[in-house]
Amino acid sequence: MNALAVISLIVVILSNSIRQSIPLLFGSTGEIITEKSGNLNLGIPGIMYMGGISGIIGSYIYEKYAAVPNAFFGIVIALCSALIGSGLLALIYSFLTVTLKANQNVTGLAITTFGTGFGDFFGGSLTTIMGDGGNLQLQYVPGYFKATLPFASKLGDVGTLLFSYGFMTYVAIIIAIFAAYFLNKTRTGLHLRAVGENPATADAAGISVSRYKYLATTIGGMIAGLGGFYFIMDYTGGSWTNGGMGDRGWLAIALVIFATWKPNFAILGSIVFGGLYIAYNYVSGVFSMLPNADRIRPVVQECFNSLPYLVTIVVLIITSMRNKKENQPPQSLGLPYFREER
Amino acid sequence: MNNKKHRRVHEPFATVVKRDGMIWYKAWGVRLLAIALALCVCSVVLVVLTGMLGNVYNPIEIFAAMFKGNFGTSRKVWNTLHDMALLLCISLAVTPAFKMKFWNIGAEGQTLIGGLCAAACMRYMGASVPPALMIPVMTVVCILSGVIWGIIPAFFKAKYNTNETLFTLMMNYVAMQLVRVMIAIWVPSGSGILQAMKVGRLPVLFGIRPLFNIIVVAVLTVGMFVYLKYSKHGYEISVVGESENTARYIGINVKKVILRTMALSGGLCGLAGMLIVAGTDYTVASGSAGGMGFTAIMVSWLAKFNPIVMVLTSLLIVFFEGGASEIATAFRLNQSIADIVTGIILFFIIGSEFFVNYKINFRSHKNHKEV
Repeated sequence: MNALAVISLIVVILSNSIRQSIPLLFGSTGEIITEKSGNLNLGIPGIMYMGGISGIIGSYIYEKYAAVPNAFFGIVIALCSALIGSGLLALIYSFLTVTLKANQNVTGLAITTFGTGFGDFFGGSLTTIMGDGGNLQLQYVPGYFKATLPFASKLGDVGTLLFSYGFMTYVAIIIAIFAAYFLNKTRTGLHLRAVGENPATADAAGISVSRYKYLATTIGGMIAGLGGFYFIMDYTGGSWTNGGMGDRGWLAIALVIFATWKPNFAILGSIVFGGLYIAYNYVSGVFSMLPNADRIRPVVQECFNSLPYLVTIVVLIITSMRNKKENQPPQSLGLPYFREER
Repeated sequence: MNNKKHRRVHEPFATVVKRDGMIWYKAWGVRLLAIALALCVCSVVLVVLTGMLGNVYNPIEIFAAMFKGNFGTSRKVWNTLHDMALLLCISLAVTPAFKMKFWNIGAEGQTLIGGLCAAACMRYMGASVPPALMIPVMTVVCILSGVIWGIIPAFFKAKYNTNETLFTLMMNYVAMQLVRVMIAIWVPSGSGILQAMKVGRLPVLFGIRPLFNIIVVAVLTVGMFVYLKYSKHGYEISVVGESENTARYIGINVKKVILRTMALSGGLCGLAGMLIVAGTDYTVASGSAGGMGFTAIMVSWLAKFNPIVMVLTSLLIVFFEGGASEIATAFRLNQSIADIVTGIILFFIIGSEFFVNYKINFRSHKNHKEV
């Protein structure tokens, strides 16, 4: 194998990792913003399902009733419905945990139950409800999201690595960078972190704890919902399989720890996780040389699939052992805040 | 005039005050009201959804179907009781840890690893070792595996204060992958499905398959109630849960309590895994625990960590899940409707706790005139 072929292979692996990484990146950026307000939202998997299915519902209705589907309206309607769906679910979470001071773990798990159920229900029944029947497959809208720059394919490896993705990929990275800037460099970001670290102090300083928690959780939920939306529109191309999103929601929560609550680290972390997701495909060649390869291959594949979780556990342990202040979870993560109870 | 207006702006419309404690019948009244409201919302949702799919049913028909799905035949009653027993078993397992405010959301993984060990025992010992010896060995192995799975996060929590919620969550997926790995090893065809095993099964009493599991769980329920309420360990768990500093002050070894309690929690989950695999399924899959590890958290929390009340809350959850899946079949809806219905009911019950624990004082107009 010559050097050029090696470079091409690396580029292909990297670009495939990036494609895998985007749902995780959206999900973890959203969850980081949420967790910075002290809310541990275990509803992220459900919210990602919700983002995906609401995007599909919006696009399906648009495709059905628009005379000539057009890219601009298609994108706007699909995006808006995804944001509304996931935002509403995050709002339910905020209402229960902030206003009604419910336990966050229990609420989050209930949100996940509801969200995945909602997604799989409408994913399976939408065509029947709309009177068409058959399998759910969008015609036009996913194309708008998958469209790449026209010159991308002419640039060889550089084009593949940098320009071969739909625009949502760049949106994910921009949002993550912006979130990092927002959390660390702006006053509002500082206030948000204060709420997550010590709400009583923030309250005493005149920061409205409830408002920050609500906004951070809802906006975080919307961003996470875009992860599910990306998965449906760009990755699968506008179709729905029950449970097709797999464990990506939980991986997004794992990624938050892996990135030690820093959205800019989450960009790199998500590519690593994405790479771990597909790593097996590239090492399978090695195992097929062994005797009785057919027996060994599935075993090795399943071992590889557990890597993201094992890596996350190791990161979790190391960060808590080193006990560096800037790598810790927000101090009041998971705890409800009630002013009279200090 | 100006002054008065100023005051009005600053007095909040409503303030929230913590209650000292609601009398039990009032508290249950609030919860029942929440369930009733949830049922109203669910029936609207169900009527709308069935309507959208072209069939109009009235809510009473739908709830009748729900009831029939759970209690229609004696076989269904046993199934409902059995689902309830398994869910209850895992709920009992997570309870001591929760009471200690150790957020173990790894019950799914701890159950699964117990199930995996049960399957391994059945596979390797079922045919060669007599049942009288094999079943106790299997029980010990399964409990130990759950203990190990639970104690790893507890160790790091006690030593380095590692976040246990996230750690136990990750351990779930490691367990699932481990099950998949073992199945890949055991099943040469690559189908990923382990056929039901004929040997090493738990005894079937009076020809009723679920009965053995139900009896085991009934004993566990009473045992856990006594353990939490009357034993020294139970007392230590409560104190650590209320305040770690107080516990340290009165001479409780907090680290030891955390490790011991998580060992108990994990061990019971492992036992539940064995009941699932060796008692009814006779096979194992990455979905063997079926999300019960997560549902159990809600069951335990809804019952306020009281094992006896958990009998009711687990029945409630199982009733709705089973009922909704019956509705799905009867009215040709997608099976996922069960999750939607369960989700809605949970939202209401979770929300109702606020009204049990807090009181809302509205601004009274009378006061205004006086100031």
